[in-house]
Amino acid sequence: MSYDVQAIRQQFPILNQKIHGRPLVYLDNAATAQKPIAVIDAISDYYLNYNANVHRGVHTLSQRATDAMEAVREDVRAHINAAETAEIIFTRGITDSINTIAFGMGALVKKGQNIVITAVEHHSNIVPWQMLCQRTGAELRHLPMNEHGEVVLDGIEEIIDEHTAMVAFNHISNALGTINPVDAILERAQKVGAWTLVDGAQSGPHAKVDVRAWNVDFFTLSSHKMYGPTGLGVLYGKRERLEALPPYQGGGEMIATVTLEESTYAGLPHKFEAGTPHIEGIIGFGAALKYINEVGIEAIAAHEKELLEYATQECSEIEGFRVIGDAKNKASVLSFVVDGTHPYDLGVLLDQQGVAVRTGQHCTQPIMDAFCIDGTARASFAMYNTKEEIDLFKAALEKAVTMLR
Amino acid sequence: MATIKERQEVLVEEFEFFDEWMDKYNHIIEMGKSLDALPEEKKNDDLLVQGCQSKVWLHAEKNGENVRFQADADAIIAKGIVAMLIDVFDNQPAKEVAAADLGFLEEIGLKDHLSPTRANGLMSMIKQMKFYALAFAG
Repeated sequence: MSYDVQAIRQQFPILNQKIHGRPLVYLDNAATAQKPIAVIDAISDYYLNYNANVHRGVHTLSQRATDAMEAVREDVRAHINAAETAEIIFTRGITDSINTIAFGMGALVKKGQNIVITAVEHHSNIVPWQMLCQRTGAELRHLPMNEHGEVVLDGIEEIIDEHTAMVAFNHISNALGTINPVDAILERAQKVGAWTLVDGAQSGPHAKVDVRAWNVDFFTLSSHKMYGPTGLGVLYGKRERLEALPPYQGGGEMIATVTLEESTYAGLPHKFEAGTPHIEGIIGFGAALKYINEVGIEAIAAHEKELLEYATQECSEIEGFRVIGDAKNKASVLSFVVDGTHPYDLGVLLDQQGVAVRTGQHCTQPIMDAFCIDGTARASFAMYNTKEEIDLFKAALEKAVTMLR
Repeated sequence: MATIKERQEVLVEEFEFFDEWMDKYNHIIEMGKSLDALPEEKKNDDLLVQGCQSKVWLHAEKNGENVRFQADADAIIAKGIVAMLIDVFDNQPAKEVAAADLGFLEEIGLKDHLSPTRANGLMSMIKQMKFYALAFAG
């Protein structure tokens, strides 16, 4: 069956509106994706029919809510092919997921060891490691990037060495769209016995990941970038790794016994899920996963690739248009500047014409510094975007550039 | 010489001419383009207005009882907005700048139109101008 983008669009009611009198063209999907009716309905259904706290109530509603939440844990497990549901932790988001690991590793990492990231990371995969290094005296290293925004593997054997405790990097860069050479980096890290973390913030909505095929120790997903609710992330960790880490936050749900003097902790996954979880978020995320799989993640990726190529080709006709990050392997992100214009100005004038893009540094200041720019405008594509929308985007961009020059 | 109030009225009249926000933005951009650029050596970090998304440099000096302003910005819309403020405040008595009510921003609709972060940036520019004026008036 061919890809029916109009049928998909009907599942996203928010897209059918006007902004400043023009049809909305939503191209800020790398920041957050819109939600299909199935997700909105799942959340409503929970509040209309079975809202209750989970895991501790014996009453029927609590059982229903618990069952629904735990069913999603199983769906996530199956989606990334984890070995068991106990390895799937629900967090507040990717930032929370990475901080959980970086905090826990504070008890394990020693001076003389190092942590390795790449030059194309989001701040959320930089700052927690800087904090870990400050606490422990470990050294933070990075794999550099070239002028295309690709991670350079030359010298990887010196950077990732026998003292490397952790190699943490994103699958796909949010600012540039670069798809990183996951296999090569993991291979080197695993050879020296380092722990590994892949940040799937941007890959979740575009690529199928098999954590056991990668043999990665930790993997993270963000619900809201995958057409699900905000405030929810997933942290996958291999059982033996999660068991080796102390809990990040203390409170209810994460304990086995508590006296006023001391407590023992619950087993996985609850050890890392202090407090009442984001129940409606988890249930909504379950509906989002189901929807993504119904449309088909390969079909979505193929559609987005076509959009990215079309947009790159069309916009390159605009004088002074420069793509920032032209890696050979790219997903769904068109980060750009137009000579003689400022990204903020482009963002305002595009918004006036109904087009939503992100402007600025995209929480990746080191990347912007490397390209010697203050920021970019970024159009990012999702399953529901169309070529007609790219035509509108291009026309709006041309008009903005004419006004600004 | 026109007072702060009179200068605001002129701006309000200018903007009344435009129905569409794209046209209003075009006018703001043109004001930004016509504002004299600050020489590069004056664009130092001490002059940056804190709280703006883009870089806005604001320079003020005393001219008798009055205060003179110069400004620049790396984004042209921000520059256009600061140009409007200079249009109203430049070479006015420091005391009056410090006490001025800028009703024109509401009348033009700019205050409501800007996103919260940009509105904060606008407020920061005004605060900084009044801060200089207050210092010179004292």
